[in-house]
Amino acid sequence: MKKLKIKKGASRKSAYDLRSPLEDELETHTLSVLVDNEAGVLARVIGLFSGRGYNIDSLTVAEVDREGKRSRITIVTNGKPAVIEQIKAQLERMVPVYLVSDLTIDGPSVERELALLKVRGQGAQRVEALRLADIFRAKVVDSTLESFVFEITGVPEKVDAFADLLKPLELVEVARTGVVGMSRGSQADY
Amino acid sequence: MLTLARAKPIFAGLKFAVGEIRDKKKAHGTEGDVRDKRPRQPGVSAAFSPRNEILRSTRLMTRQMSGARMVIQALADQGVDTVFGYPGGAVLPIYDEIIAQNHIRHFLVRHEQGAVHAAEGYARTTGKPGVVLVTSGPGATNSVTGLTDALMDSVPIVLISGQVPTFMIGNDAFQEADTVGITRPCTKHNWLVKDTEVLAGVIHHAFHVATAGRPGPVLVDIPKDVQFATGTYRDPKETAPSRYQPQVRGDPEAIEQLAEWMETAAKPILYTGGGVINSGARACELLRQLADETGFPVTSTLMGLGAYPASGPNWLGMLGMHGMYESNMAMHDCDLMINVGARFDDRITGRLSAFSPDSRKAHIDIDRSSINKAIQVEIPIVGDVENVLEDLLARWRKRGRRTNSEGLAEWRAQIENWKSVNCLNYRRSDRSIKPQHAIQRLEKITRGMDRYVTTEVGQHQMWAAQFMAFEEPFRWMTSGGLGTMGYGLPASIGVQVARPESLVINVAGEASWLMNMQEMGTAVQYKLPVKQFILNNERLGMVRQWQELLHGERYSHSWSDALPDFVKLGEAFGCKGIAVSNPADLDDAIQEMLEYDGPVIFDCQVEKHENCFPMIPSGEPHNKMLLGESAAQGAIGDAGAVLV
Repeated sequence: MKKLKIKKGASRKSAYDLRSPLEDELETHTLSVLVDNEAGVLARVIGLFSGRGYNIDSLTVAEVDREGKRSRITIVTNGKPAVIEQIKAQLERMVPVYLVSDLTIDGPSVERELALLKVRGQGAQRVEALRLADIFRAKVVDSTLESFVFEITGVPEKVDAFADLLKPLELVEVARTGVVGMSRGSQADY
Repeated sequence: MLTLARAKPIFAGLKFAVGEIRDKKKAHGTEGDVRDKRPRQPGVSAAFSPRNEILRSTRLMTRQMSGARMVIQALADQGVDTVFGYPGGAVLPIYDEIIAQNHIRHFLVRHEQGAVHAAEGYARTTGKPGVVLVTSGPGATNSVTGLTDALMDSVPIVLISGQVPTFMIGNDAFQEADTVGITRPCTKHNWLVKDTEVLAGVIHHAFHVATAGRPGPVLVDIPKDVQFATGTYRDPKETAPSRYQPQVRGDPEAIEQLAEWMETAAKPILYTGGGVINSGARACELLRQLADETGFPVTSTLMGLGAYPASGPNWLGMLGMHGMYESNMAMHDCDLMINVGARFDDRITGRLSAFSPDSRKAHIDIDRSSINKAIQVEIPIVGDVENVLEDLLARWRKRGRRTNSEGLAEWRAQIENWKSVNCLNYRRSDRSIKPQHAIQRLEKITRGMDRYVTTEVGQHQMWAAQFMAFEEPFRWMTSGGLGTMGYGLPASIGVQVARPESLVINVAGEASWLMNMQEMGTAVQYKLPVKQFILNNERLGMVRQWQELLHGERYSHSWSDALPDFVKLGEAFGCKGIAVSNPADLDDAIQEMLEYDGPVIFDCQVEKHENCFPMIPSGEPHNKMLLGESAAQGAIGDAGAVLV
């Protein structure tokens, strides 16, 4: 490390750390935040983002450990690298926050989103919608004679692609959960 | 060389048993006299007061009691002997308990904002958290400015607010406000306690959060039914240790790297801030050792004044927008900047892109989010200043105490050159009192006294920072981050409560002072001899200065046509008012103020259109400092407004 003149510890986690944090391009990061499931904790996290002018692309939250009373908040955010660093530091210093992991750069991770899409149509349109659903491995969870509700799970891009294809087939309603994720491998966050 | 008295609890000597029926009249009767002459037990902290000893010896660690009683017991167990507050419907059960004991002194303020600022003054004098007790609704909302101020300046405050009963929350009840919602962004953390069983634990946790890591304000909101209900009291030892444990030791490799750079730096500077003072007396002592052994020059932010003594050989003076010319030039030209407990605030950095372009920077801060927020640094060190300086000094000494003596000698010569500009120079006058002159005289006359200084916000604040010399930490309290006009008077009250025998001066402007002048009632009630040194220019001086220099001399609403007669105001409050307008009378008037045994409102009628220089205009770099209309202009060439 010394010969390469790379700061020691700089590459501890990822090659991303070697970049100048002053670069200007926006990046999208998925942050997984483990918090105490106490009253107002979500308001605290959201308040941090709105109060300091950070972006939230999506946010999901649910209790994940009933005994330990912990919830996991998964936030997809975007910003310049320095801002992303600042967001993580600001989250980490909050009293009810246990752990902040950046799924985008901390190592390989899985990210999934679930979406429900309602398509209205008759005849050939219905058949085409079902065929697309089959390609995307979406499930039909509700059906009437003139509509389907599909359930699809995947990375956000897959959901986007499916929704785009359904649009000409009279896609009338979409509900998405936002991204949840965790690191791959046997390591656990807590 | 440092004589930092530890906080002495005012009532450490009091003895009484728990549950003893106390003479209410007696408890009341002590309220008026803060200059308590009862013998004190130095070194005995309130946490080990006789009352608590009794609790421990009889093993009554867990007991049933009301929530209101629990609040008082928890405060006592946390070593609290002073509370600033204002009663109201939703905290009356707690006030019932306050009057039934005389371990904790309660100071009745006149407005809840004043309570928080007083607690801030108390906290910054003693290093202990300041405690505030307010009622629901308006009581809590009035305290918001104080909480925000404490958050910005990292002052440990524990605020306990009453709330409407749990079954009425959300019903728009009388004096109901969403206190935890309103104060969420202006506290380090806050809690709404809905169950008396957990109340004691929450209060203990609140004290931990307020003081651990970067200090800050916390709020505990307690509904009235929770105060009435009975629950189990647990003392701090029985409370599970908090998971909130900020890192205090710095990374050894980073510290080693910094020690290495210190050996070769030709133009180093120590840029110190309030974090040094927050870290404690030992941190200040270590900073002095570091500066004196290395010979590195020291500059400080507004918040850090006193950490390094103003008479010290390496002292440059304050830096920043109205800082010293030599400090700002040294910051701009240095090759190694060691930031110790400061946060690259925008009043300090000026234009970020032109900030100290040729230096390598190290940043010691206990708050990781302060590092690389505004300025990217080469060596980030997350840790408590005391620990990091200790390790840094040890490493540097072990490596052989080397510095670049040749470079340093040149650097010092350069700094002397900048000093000769004499940036604080101003035109003297025989006809009117120049505000700078007034502060210089105050400084001269009170130098060497056991003195504490608070300020309001504005020109007078900057002049006080420029012209007053602080030899020790914990003696300078000012609103830095938030810039809260109205801070100084209540803060001076809090300081005087903590230091009843010392001289406490609030250097004020008349406009700021009027914002919380109701607190003179508090000063008079408790016989707190705070000196209100008001530089009265009948203007909102700093606003007027900006309008003159930056807004085309459009003096929009920056003066007051209806100021009170401050002498009569002093009489009306039952204290003393002194007015002075002739420079020849100034010294005598200051002397009279100091000699009066009680609070004084000192109306110092100064030159109305004086501007505060030097000044870095917003958005300009350090080396584009305006030196003003002073006589020093000629000394550095008369190119217009003197930009160097």
